[in-house]
Amino acid sequence: MPEITYRQALKDAMIDELKRDENVVIIGEEVAQYNGAYKVTEGLLKEFGPKRIVDAPISEAGFIGMGIGASMLGIRPVMELMFWSFAYVAWDQIINNAASVRYMSGGQINVPIVIRGPANGGTGVGATHSHTPENFIANTPGLKVVCPASPYDAKGLLKTAIRDNDPVYVMESTIMYNDVGEVPDDDYLVPLGKADIKREGTDLSLIAHGPSVLVCLEAAEILKSEHDIDAEVVDLRSIRPLDEETIVNSVKKTNRAVLVEENKPFCGVDAQIAYLIQNQAFDYLDAPVQRVSAIDAPAIYSPPLEKIQLPKADVVVKKALEIC
Amino acid sequence: MTNATETKKAKRQKPAKANLAKEAKSQANKDLSDEQLVGFYREMVRIRRFEERSLRAYQQGKIAGFLHLYIGQESIAVGCISLMQENDHVITAYRDHGHALAVGMSMDECMAELFGKATGCSKGKGGSMHYFDPARNYWGGHGIVAGQTPLGAGLAYGLKYQGKKGCALCFLGDGAINQGAFHESLNLASLWDLPVVYIIENNGYSMGTSQERSSVHPEIGLAARADGYNMNWAKINGESLFDIREGVKNAMDLARNECKPSLLEIHTYRYQGHSIADANHKKYRTKEEIDDYRKNHDPITLYRDFILKSKLLDEDQVKQIDQDAKAEAEKSAQFAEESPFPEEGDIVKDVYWEEDNPDQKVSEGRIFFND
Repeated sequence: MPEITYRQALKDAMIDELKRDENVVIIGEEVAQYNGAYKVTEGLLKEFGPKRIVDAPISEAGFIGMGIGASMLGIRPVMELMFWSFAYVAWDQIINNAASVRYMSGGQINVPIVIRGPANGGTGVGATHSHTPENFIANTPGLKVVCPASPYDAKGLLKTAIRDNDPVYVMESTIMYNDVGEVPDDDYLVPLGKADIKREGTDLSLIAHGPSVLVCLEAAEILKSEHDIDAEVVDLRSIRPLDEETIVNSVKKTNRAVLVEENKPFCGVDAQIAYLIQNQAFDYLDAPVQRVSAIDAPAIYSPPLEKIQLPKADVVVKKALEIC
Repeated sequence: MTNATETKKAKRQKPAKANLAKEAKSQANKDLSDEQLVGFYREMVRIRRFEERSLRAYQQGKIAGFLHLYIGQESIAVGCISLMQENDHVITAYRDHGHALAVGMSMDECMAELFGKATGCSKGKGGSMHYFDPARNYWGGHGIVAGQTPLGAGLAYGLKYQGKKGCALCFLGDGAINQGAFHESLNLASLWDLPVVYIIENNGYSMGTSQERSSVHPEIGLAARADGYNMNWAKINGESLFDIREGVKNAMDLARNECKPSLLEIHTYRYQGHSIADANHKKYRTKEEIDDYRKNHDPITLYRDFILKSKLLDEDQVKQIDQDAKAEAEKSAQFAEESPFPEEGDIVKDVYWEEDNPDQKVSEGRIFFND
């Protein structure tokens, strides 16, 4: 199987869908002539031309709202946000209009839009550029949100998102854009709402999404090599819809769980996962559920401190050892 | 040093008095049939009687939340929408009842929506501010000021992308012109030559704040802001249905034929408050001002006078139209009253397309989180 980067996997997904459906159009800041701020759309303008690959001015509320309006007529816009942090200036469009139009029309309209871009910290860009709003999105009925953590999932989930008839928001990570992994050439899809066991284990469940999955895989290696603890790593992949079954089954098997995410702790995604586990696997738990989140403050700039603020393998190991 | 708050600001200027007999002969109107001319009157009267009936229902406690009435502005929805063709689309803000009736939605479904009933146009899920009928190219009904303006650009973008010759009419109030989303939309529309016509229904007040207290603009008016976006613009007198049709047709032709957007400002007035919860003239405008518009500038009264003078109808026929509209509105209130509310299980329907189409569902996992 060919090995490609996470970045290439995303691009391949868009290429496949641009070829498959003439209503797919890529719109965003610097996506065309500049070849993408993070080069995810590199070469697409040359291959598909300016009708399909559109450079937008810096007007997130304007161009995302425009995409929502166009999607009501059957266009399938794939909107790139240079950072998901920039979504906040378009929040009314992203949250109110995209999520509510179907409901408020009594089901007469659907909004087949994809909004994608990186949502992660750890790159020294400070508080305004380091947001991870998957919890906000997941809190909004009408929206779907996925956080791929591997090249395989990036391609499969983005293709599914583009074909989906509801708004699907894809949160990527600049830190993972260069990560390499096996990705088939064929037209595979990864369904929304299906978690993936990234590492099998029996002693403890490490449950994560996005870049925190990689942190958990690193922690699992340390737990195995230094403490002889066999951790299972569950990658949620999709936040809404959520694969509750895989989470609960893993905890029922291991009887212990550490939840890891880049969200801030209060009302983060893992608050919901913790509730789920106590509700559906209470009798299987041998210890309280533990969480590792970003330290609860705006994202700090100072590079060494930023590393400390975000989930790290040694903190995950420490939390795991507290309950093992 | 001049204190900024003391600087003289341009005020809303009332246009010259309409002359419907003359304006009826303009390019967009001269070929109208008698039937069409009478039809416009009937549509305006239907909207007014519907809303008057809805106001009574609101006062009787049948309607919750806000009720933003269009009374005084009916000529705009009827005039503009009368120009729509197959590939034209319309979207508006929360003062949306007039546009809904003008595109052909029934009083029954509109009144039932206000009552929160399952038979409403949005199954009771949208309410007064959120009427929709995409089958009639009517895309809402949007509750956030200027939130619909990028969507209007999107409808135009979609038309252009699909190679269809049509345009999007995007209505907004004068209060919406200071929102960022509106300015972003104007820039995009002009930058990308989108076939959209933005129509400011300028009734003088963004809720309780008058135009001069909320918007700086050149002496000539709000629409002149379009100059900053190199966009066509015009000011129109809303008391004349014919002036509206003439001005809007020019903009729609420009959009359809040359893919050029426009910004139109139609001078109008609402007699009721911003919504029925609004204390109205006691706080921010004079009774004399309201009375002046009612007596001297009412678009329906002026149009009725034109119809009578032109002998298209006689007094009895005009009265009959009025009585028919009242009866239709009354019947719609009865229909709404007798209709069932949505059921509890309906709360989680119409949220996701995929959940509403289980035979085509491909997602797995849990999508609703109710225990």
